[in-house]
Amino acid sequence: MTGGLLVLRSGPQALVTDRGRPGNAHLGVPPSGALDRPAYELGNRLVGNDDGAAGLELLGGGARLRARGNRVVAVTGAPAPVTVDGRPAASHTALHLPDGATLELGAPVGGLRVYLAVAGGLAVEAALGSRSTDLLSGLGPAPVTDDTELPVGPWSGTLPDAGPVPVSVPDTAVRLRVRLGPRDDWFTDPRAALAGPEWTVTADGNRIGIRLEGPPPERRPDTRDRELPSEGMVTGAVQAPPDGPPVVFLADHPTTGGYPVVAVVEPSDLAVLAQALPGTRVRFTVLG
Amino acid sequence: MVRPCGRRALLFEVTSAAEVAAIVSAVRAAELAEVTELVPAARTVLVEVAPGAALDRVRDAVRTADPESGSSGTGTVHTIPVTYDGADLDLVARTAGISRDEVVELHSGAEYTVDFCGFAPGFGYLSGLPEPLRQPRLESSRTAVPAGSVGIADVYSCVYPRRSPGGWRLIGRAAVAPEVLFDPGAERPTLFTPGDRVRFEAR
Repeated sequence: MTGGLLVLRSGPQALVTDRGRPGNAHLGVPPSGALDRPAYELGNRLVGNDDGAAGLELLGGGARLRARGNRVVAVTGAPAPVTVDGRPAASHTALHLPDGATLELGAPVGGLRVYLAVAGGLAVEAALGSRSTDLLSGLGPAPVTDDTELPVGPWSGTLPDAGPVPVSVPDTAVRLRVRLGPRDDWFTDPRAALAGPEWTVTADGNRIGIRLEGPPPERRPDTRDRELPSEGMVTGAVQAPPDGPPVVFLADHPTTGGYPVVAVVEPSDLAVLAQALPGTRVRFTVLG
Repeated sequence: MVRPCGRRALLFEVTSAAEVAAIVSAVRAAELAEVTELVPAARTVLVEVAPGAALDRVRDAVRTADPESGSSGTGTVHTIPVTYDGADLDLVARTAGISRDEVVELHSGAEYTVDFCGFAPGFGYLSGLPEPLRQPRLESSRTAVPAGSVGIADVYSCVYPRRSPGGWRLIGRAAVAPEVLFDPGAERPTLFTPGDRVRFEAR
């Protein structure tokens, strides 16, 4: 089948996404990939795609697309109103779009990022084995703009007999589990500094990291004027600059950094953070 | 020293670049399928494993690291022709108290090692910079440094693989095509890999 998906309106930010390009950090290349990984993976399962097929990550929803050829799609992630040719349709399930049908996604009623999977996957050009847009280093396809035709790959799968999928509306308060280290010994009582305060997600977060407003963890006197030679950073690292609030690194984070990392967020808790609206209250639970 | 780095990674901290290289060699030699990232830096090596995998075999492999073996590195040597006409060449000469020609002689006479990459894809931190050229970064960064610019900062030299902001003192331009430095479509996307050796040739 020729054709694909014509993006009539891309909304606040539309990015091609998949599982990213881990394994290249030693070359200075971030892992990238879908921020709400479970939502992205669910979309591919619902349309019968192979693992790792590329879809769209739509910040704030708000996109309008037209099917070129008959298409099967699924909308997952932050719950958002969906219509097909103006008629209400469901998210979190496979939708059949006949040739020429228009799919419209509204703004999420909670959360930030809506995912669109299409049977066959988006067949845009890959870079280092991934089709994900990396906003830090500019790898992968450019952000999708209005009136862009996205090619879709061949599909020979079968639609799974998926039962109803529970949709969770992100909360206005979230709890993140963290493990101390690698540089917790640079701080005075790092456990209390993290677990004590209530943090707030600031408005300037992006795919590189999320800043948390709150009292910066206090450095020990012997590390106060010390400089840390750049060292490798993992996704979920809670980096604490000397003069500002901590930042939690997400998938497009720099591969090395020169500020001490006081703790690392559990990988399975990062999807919740990626969906947290500015103003969301955050508490840390310190493990082990 | 081994530092925990979340559920899936360890950060090994050492005191020399030779130890960093030895740990990288040891982990590579162990051929552990669970290792997803192996990231050398100035005085650390970060090793990350796949979700659900244990870190025990990584610890065991690192215990076998031998900085004395001297055989670290990839064996690859790059020779890069450079036109030494950088915007900060005078500043570098003045700071070192030598002439422009002497800066060029010193920089192109040394052999460098790619200690690690960071900052941007393919941006290598090249150690081996002669002492007079070990100078601080510019007081304020440039918003755009052209691809191929050759710079120095601290104990390192670099070649900017792509146009980007940058605060290193610029001494020249690599006379190579930009896609040689960085090509996302290539099997080896970046010219530099940690452990490579580099020479600069004045032209």
